[in-house]
Amino acid sequence: MIKFENASKSYAGVAAISNLNLEIEQGELVVFLGPSGSGKSSALKMVNRMVAHDGGHILFNGQDITRFNVQDLRRRMGYAIQSVGLFPHRTVAQNIATVPTLLGWDSSRIQARVTALLEMLAMSPEQFADRYPHQLSGGQQQRVGVARALAADPDVLLMDEPFGALDPVTRTALQLALKEIHRATSKTILFVTHDIDEALLLATRIVLLNHGRMVQVGTPLELLQHPINDFVSNFLGQADRGLKQLSLQAIAPYVKAIGGAEPPHAIAHTATLREAVSCMATYHVSSLSVADASGKIMGQVNAVDLLEKKHV
Amino acid sequence: MTSTDSHRWNSVLGLYVALALGAASTLPFVRVAPNRLLSGEPVYLWDIFQSQSNQLVLVFFLAVFALLFIAIGQAQRRFLQLMVSFAMAASLAGLWLLASQVSSSLSLSDNPLSRTSLGAGFWVMTAISWLVALDAIDRLNISALPRFILQIVLCLPLALSLTEGQNLSLIKEYANHSDVFGPAIWRHLLIVVLAVVPAVFIGVPIAWRMTQSEGVKQALFPILNLIQTIPSIALFGLLMAPLAWLAVQWPTLGKAGISGVGLAPAVLALLLYSLLPIVRSTLAGLEQVPADTINAARAMGMSAWQILCQVELPLALPVLLIGLRTAVVQTTGLAAVCALIGAGGLGQIMFDGLFSAANDLVILGVIPIVLLAMLADSLFKVLGNLLKTSAP
Repeated sequence: MIKFENASKSYAGVAAISNLNLEIEQGELVVFLGPSGSGKSSALKMVNRMVAHDGGHILFNGQDITRFNVQDLRRRMGYAIQSVGLFPHRTVAQNIATVPTLLGWDSSRIQARVTALLEMLAMSPEQFADRYPHQLSGGQQQRVGVARALAADPDVLLMDEPFGALDPVTRTALQLALKEIHRATSKTILFVTHDIDEALLLATRIVLLNHGRMVQVGTPLELLQHPINDFVSNFLGQADRGLKQLSLQAIAPYVKAIGGAEPPHAIAHTATLREAVSCMATYHVSSLSVADASGKIMGQVNAVDLLEKKHV
Repeated sequence: MTSTDSHRWNSVLGLYVALALGAASTLPFVRVAPNRLLSGEPVYLWDIFQSQSNQLVLVFFLAVFALLFIAIGQAQRRFLQLMVSFAMAASLAGLWLLASQVSSSLSLSDNPLSRTSLGAGFWVMTAISWLVALDAIDRLNISALPRFILQIVLCLPLALSLTEGQNLSLIKEYANHSDVFGPAIWRHLLIVVLAVVPAVFIGVPIAWRMTQSEGVKQALFPILNLIQTIPSIALFGLLMAPLAWLAVQWPTLGKAGISGVGLAPAVLALLLYSLLPIVRSTLAGLEQVPADTINAARAMGMSAWQILCQVELPLALPVLLIGLRTAVVQTTGLAAVCALIGAGGLGQIMFDGLFSAANDLVILGVIPIVLLAMLADSLFKVLGNLLKTSAP
């Protein structure tokens, strides 16, 4: 879907991105992760030519992006940024309708789309469609920003630290909403963040960048389990790297039949290893019962097993 | 303590009342002259109120002053403010009717050439009445549109009483010039529109260009500032030669009315003067549009033109309107001077009066200019306010 071939960009002789090689498949949620100044944001903006690359090629659907009309290219890619950039003089509905209007959709189709998007982002259309951005909270504004990016059903969604300015609770809610949108629509999403936990939660693949170079690419678990150098392991958090791994793994493979007395404390079968360990630490126990969706006990997990390596 | 005091006491009104009392007692209300060119004998209010027939008017004015004294101590009562504004509307009409009544009684006894002109006392009290009315309207704390309508309503009593006063010198001048008065107003408006509308179409793109390039900004602002410092008469003079030359080079231009004197240099000069406030306010408006908003618009795939029309200009409009208001008010005033180079307008009436030393004719030309400027100012305020409430 999107392919970087030796893509480079330098500002006044200083390389922001050098020789980026990466192929992104349809339906991936690729997170560009790195410290500030790593070039992650430049890499994202090169895709819709908000930043023009000055070396190599970037392909979109197999075609060099420089061969597209730049406005057509951008209209095919949704875009959301940290400061949201909603138009303050336009209502929520008009903001969301921006790209469909540019594409010349008829008004009934636009209205249906706006309503559907607001509902998808858990905002009541009757209540919010006619409000102005300044009448919304930060989280609501960002939801509208995401809805606007999704409005014309773009092939690709580009998100540049979209949740960076939100409080932790709102941020988590939006992260989960985005994960759900990705699952439901299987859109290709390119996401920039410096927040490791956000990357681990959302990414199907993480691209870790430093000083404009790609350091490592892989699934969150691959990066945590096999960091290729000290930079990666340090960046992912040396001390609690193990805990982060646990948070990416489900307890399902570790569930065993009840042996002896049923442990008094129970945990849902969808819980992560991290939650299981946390629960054990809270109650000072070394095993937990595991309950299925209906609450029936289906087995147990033991502390000693959790630290074993399993390949699922 | 002091803040509640300043809320309760209307010190502005106190000052106005003191000034009005001073004007009423020391300045002549009207002047009576044997003909229009001589300056007349002063007639004071106390002379007028000694006459039996004017006792009722005296009672009316005393009642108005009593109301104002009460209002000084009750600044926060809105009903009282409304009463004050209506009282001022009545007093505006009352001052005019009193002057016209005085002029009628004096002209009966005198020769037909005698003139009664409005004196300094009349003008000061009229101005103060209007200022008090505006102050009272301010304290009502209402939004721009109802406020504008109220202002118009408050002018009605005076407007209706203008049918009286045929013996006042001002009205006699009007009667003598009524054939040119209407056309002069239209001509004046035409000059303003011909100058300001093109200034918007030139100034807005210039300001937009300035946002793109610091160089353009640094090159053009000194020029616009310089133009602003040239006195209007000098600017007319500077424009005369090139325009006359153009008209000679291309006779079709001359036939279209372009020449060294008349409308062309006047409009061109006023256009140049309007550029600075329009460019400056448009630039200020465009610069306060958040960069993120523009970046988002670009990233959505808007063209530069779409960004300008759909994002930048709508967001810059409230600030742009402030500059446009300045330009219109300034041009309305400056257009008076254009009569000197034969452009016509209300300035023509004013200069006719100046050159024939007929003060009332000067006033006849000046008053509509002031009113037009005030009207334009209020209209733009209403417009700016409507924009603010509809799209914050």
